[in-house]
Amino acid sequence: MTTPVLELRGAARVHGSGTTAVHALRGVDLQVAAGELVAVMGPSGSGKSTLLAIAGGLDTATSGEVLVEGVPLSGLDGSGLAQLRRRAVGYVFQELNLLPALTAVENVALPLELDGTRARDARTAALRVLDELGMSGLAGRFPDDLSGGEQQRVAIARALVGERRLVLADEPTGALDSVTGEGVLELLRGRCDAGAACVLVTHEARLAGWADRVVFLRDGLVVDEARAEVLA
Amino acid sequence: MSVKHGLLALLCEGPRYGYELKSAFEARTGTTWPLNVGQVYTTLARLERDGLVARDGEDPEGHALYRVTATGTREVEDWWSQAVEREAPPRDELAIKLALAVGLPGVDARDVLQRQRTATVRALQTHTRKKKALPAGDTAASLVLDALVFAAEAEVRWLDHCEARLSRARNGAR
Repeated sequence: MTTPVLELRGAARVHGSGTTAVHALRGVDLQVAAGELVAVMGPSGSGKSTLLAIAGGLDTATSGEVLVEGVPLSGLDGSGLAQLRRRAVGYVFQELNLLPALTAVENVALPLELDGTRARDARTAALRVLDELGMSGLAGRFPDDLSGGEQQRVAIARALVGERRLVLADEPTGALDSVTGEGVLELLRGRCDAGAACVLVTHEARLAGWADRVVFLRDGLVVDEARAEVLA
Repeated sequence: MSVKHGLLALLCEGPRYGYELKSAFEARTGTTWPLNVGQVYTTLARLERDGLVARDGEDPEGHALYRVTATGTREVEDWWSQAVEREAPPRDELAIKLALAVGLPGVDARDVLQRQRTATVRALQTHTRKKKALPAGDTAASLVLDALVFAAEAEVRWLDHCEARLSRARNGAR
């Protein structure tokens, strides 16, 4: 069997201790294979964002295990985790966090440069992704000169640059209108179809409709799953 | 669903025969609402009786062609100009089921909600896949699938709302 790109084994996250302990995640098992888009839905406080943070090494499970491409995150030290976050994992958040002083292509190239890639190579890779997302004409623009939808696509390009195998997206369509939001999902879907694994946290069922599987969380536990039917 | 107005609108583009109308209707609406050809001919007979369409000879293969009359054209224009009337809500099995589930011993309303949510999201996944499989530029079929997608999404939002209300009630909040 192929190693899943992401695997959670009984992953739990407790904040605080004793009587005031908050169980954000209570032992979640989840596997996401290459090429798969998995959506996570659930009410506020059900553990969706915690699951995503733990999956990407931004937060640590208090028990259980998280593996990215078969590597247990608990076995990595600070620099190992940082390297994983720069190279293998791409994040898309509702807050775009684009740097206003950098152009679109510079924003996209930044993670590669931080990881030691030569500036010229990083720029070439960034331009390639922007081109793939139909954004090459906007590469030289600053974030303030881009529409909300364009900024979101730049943020996605930044999450995808350098062939990330795992893309984690938390409410990635934010306040975008429905058609632009759908475009964002099409991009993520396309990336999965090209071999990436993607976990999408959303409260919008319409967006979850793009996923191969939809996992439902309640009170920190997986309570159900919807699998897409294969069309005849 | 007004098959009558659908067929009249298609005939405004030019004369057609029954099977041709069936195919055109299904192609335009992304085969979401298949028509049987008997239904098409019954509707055409009624429209002819009411003076909204008339026979218009035959095509080279001998199919009886129908065209829209002036009255029929006015009927279609009225249709475009008016909002679709939503009838009084039909008895909604799901709403009834949830209402009964709340407070009934031995039934967990949250589980009933979740089963429905999973089924509706699965339907959404199917609509989305069909939409993705459409040829580029097929806006008409895409709009029809969007209608199903948004209706399903509305149902999930309603289920989420019900669950939040149940949680509040359980926690004794107002």
